[in-house]
Amino acid sequence: MIRVLYFAWLRQRTGTGEEEVSPPAEVHDLGGLMRWLSGRSPGHASAFAAPAQVRMAVNQEFCGPDHPVKPGDEVAFFPPVTGG
Amino acid sequence: MDPTIRVQEAPFDLSAETAALSAGRVDVGGIASFLGLCRADDGLEALVLEHYPGMTERAIAGIVAKAGERWPLTGCTVIHRVGRILPGEGIVLVLAASRHRVAALEACAFLIDWLKTHAPFWKREEFAGGTERWVAAREEDAARTREWG
Repeated sequence: MIRVLYFAWLRQRTGTGEEEVSPPAEVHDLGGLMRWLSGRSPGHASAFAAPAQVRMAVNQEFCGPDHPVKPGDEVAFFPPVTGG
Repeated sequence: MDPTIRVQEAPFDLSAETAALSAGRVDVGGIASFLGLCRADDGLEALVLEHYPGMTERAIAGIVAKAGERWPLTGCTVIHRVGRILPGEGIVLVLAASRHRVAALEACAFLIDWLKTHAPFWKREEFAGGTERWVAAREEDAARTREWG
């Protein structure tokens, strides 16, 4: 199981802040996970429709789409940050 | 340096936080501050700040550690509010204390530039009439952060 968190408009579009998923073995990096998650619902497809606008983290560290993911990871998808 | 890092819904007190950085010590020569406020642009009624509990605090601690490596700070405070913030209210407070002004001023500028681009917070704007909009990240902010090297 991979714990997936969504923030800001990704949370609104997917309709959830958090879900547990078990992707197939061929999903081995963040980019692959994003493509697989897109197929879960029209909301997910909308959330990931512009991948260049999506930032990501694995186990609370910023990562790029090539970063590997494995069962037990906490993965987060969110827009570019706008604090301060 | 033992930094103060807080992510909270409640307002913060600039005077009290500033005083805390020199309380009981006589080696602090200057404290630079940045206080970020909520503006009422375009009829904005409120900002709603979201964060990633856990990662946000870790990211801020990492940014403060970077500042501590570059400048000889005697203290540092970063307080960032989340939740609903009204025009005129404080959003973020950054304080950097050092023996001399240059280190304090530069570290303060570095901290807010990095916080804007590397701490997981997201702002949603609420306007009169119920419309809302997520704030978009600005390339200008990313460029400022890159200038620090």
